[in-house]
Amino acid sequence: MFAFIIRRVIQAILVMLVISLVGFSIKSNIGDPVRDLVGERVTPEERAQMAEKLGLNDPFFVQYTRFLKNALHGDLGTSFIYRKPALEVIFRHAPATIELVLGAALIIALFSFPLGVYSALYPRSLLSRFTMGFSTLGVSIPVFLTAIMFIYLFAVTLHILPSYGRGETIDLFGNGYWQTGLLTIDGLKHLLLPCVSLASIMMPLFIRLIRSEMMEVLETEYIKYAWAKGLSTRRIWLVHAFKNTLLPVVTVFGVQIGIMFAFTILTETVFQWQGMGFMFLDAIQRADISLLIAYLVVVASVFVVVNTVVDIMYSFINPTVRIAGTK
Amino acid sequence: MTKLQKFKESYFLYSFKRDKVAMASFIILVILLILAVTAPWIAPMDPYGANNIDIMNSEIPPMWSDGGESQFPLGTDNMGRDMFSTMLYGLRTSIIIGVCAVALQAGIGIFVGLTAGFIGGKTDAFLMRLADIQFSFPYLMLAIFIGAIFQVVFGVGSYERLAVPLLIIIIGLAEWPVYARTIRASVIGEVNKEYVEAARIIGLSRPTIMVRHVLPNSLTSVMVISTIQIANAVMSEAALSFLGLGMPVTKPSLGSLIQSGFEFIFSGSWWITVFPGVWLILFVLVINLLGDWLRDVLNPKLYKG
Repeated sequence: MFAFIIRRVIQAILVMLVISLVGFSIKSNIGDPVRDLVGERVTPEERAQMAEKLGLNDPFFVQYTRFLKNALHGDLGTSFIYRKPALEVIFRHAPATIELVLGAALIIALFSFPLGVYSALYPRSLLSRFTMGFSTLGVSIPVFLTAIMFIYLFAVTLHILPSYGRGETIDLFGNGYWQTGLLTIDGLKHLLLPCVSLASIMMPLFIRLIRSEMMEVLETEYIKYAWAKGLSTRRIWLVHAFKNTLLPVVTVFGVQIGIMFAFTILTETVFQWQGMGFMFLDAIQRADISLLIAYLVVVASVFVVVNTVVDIMYSFINPTVRIAGTK
Repeated sequence: MTKLQKFKESYFLYSFKRDKVAMASFIILVILLILAVTAPWIAPMDPYGANNIDIMNSEIPPMWSDGGESQFPLGTDNMGRDMFSTMLYGLRTSIIIGVCAVALQAGIGIFVGLTAGFIGGKTDAFLMRLADIQFSFPYLMLAIFIGAIFQVVFGVGSYERLAVPLLIIIIGLAEWPVYARTIRASVIGEVNKEYVEAARIIGLSRPTIMVRHVLPNSLTSVMVISTIQIANAVMSEAALSFLGLGMPVTKPSLGSLIQSGFEFIFSGSWWITVFPGVWLILFVLVINLLGDWLRDVLNPKLYKG
């Protein structure tokens, strides 16, 4: 067990090293730290001086080690557009994205469990067929298109929901970092359409997953045994079958949260949602390399941490995976 | 028995004829493909030619609503291009990028998968770790990142000129592990069978055995994956174009058409967004339906809901 955790953590660290190396080589080839610091209106001599002072003429490996050291201290460079440390810029934009992802995750959990379980128990019923048809359609509609349709329907035509922005926000801790939209009616209204759009792209996957896992569990021997024992239908379905469906679903849920980040970029673009995805796109358009790389490192760390934690948790529940990796 | 006869009596065709959804999807797909391939001949106007675009014709609604003109059956976009023609060309662009990107994915994936499965040992462990690591990152995120870096490196101007090959490379690089894993798994299943042994005893070289004997037996799964992957690639392309990392508005794919229409949806010009959107959904949906069907028929064991 302990050996497995160590192995998994070492692997995670290796992955992060590779990502930081990729990030750094991009940065050192196309980035311009002098511009990041002093802007574009400096003479070439001053630039050269700055470059020397910043150590830009050092060998690649020396610079990379310095980059790593700084990164470990939480310094991922300075954003050119915001004129602030890149990490701080990201942290200021993170709450908006987190609220969006949380809202979407809540919607997914609320709808996909009942629908998935129901369509596994009654595969021939009308609602199940409708759900399955809907989920095939759902995966075929790009998230930005769903979002645009929602805006056209609810904001432009019906005028009942706002079309963009976060609405009225409240400073949660009083230090300006976490502006939350969860505490005001206006903020929640603004949250509704983006969350539903984001949920719509992930929901079909979960409904299908829950349905197929549940169906598989219902075919197993121990469920047959439970029937033979004469347990009540409800007990078999909810306690015996559903509980064992949860395990793979929760694992996938953990990993899919990462994929949601990619979709937040699209959703945030449509709704002008001031989160990390919106900031990222802004950074691309204005060629803010430091911010791009910082975002890469932050998002990659989130993935790696989530994946590692999910793997380790899974190994507690299902010991066979621990053996698979050993030689 | 000739090949045609064999095909006529196969289970494949039998189940295809029985499945109405698969038949309908196939027919729609064929129609869409024909429309896309013949776009330059059947489109009423050439949306790439600047000389037949008149800005005075911009934002004309579809034929059946007020102010519509029969010259433009589905209306015009903000630049005065006929929507119908632009959509035909857009679908064509999307399909070209999608198919080529999947070909690239399959190429890399098959090569890596075959090598890993056949050589085994350290090479296998290294290649599969690599695939695992890339697999743990969402492909769309990866595609957006590569696209972003390319755009900064090339600058917006030349990025737009090189958009088609760049998009193919981006989407191709982002999703090869799917193929590598599947091919490796089926190669490992095949490698110890007698026919491989026999081929080895005749004295065939390793690459020959791999490509001529093992690979054909792994192609069923490649076919199943490829249908879904083409739908995915078209979706990724649309997403990238929507973010401004794909095709420019002057040579729009469906994604960039939707994006250009999005600005005008607030003023009520819904058709610039909705028609390309429906077009894209229709294309992706029929491929997904066909892919589901194909998976059921070719690989009943894999079938899950």
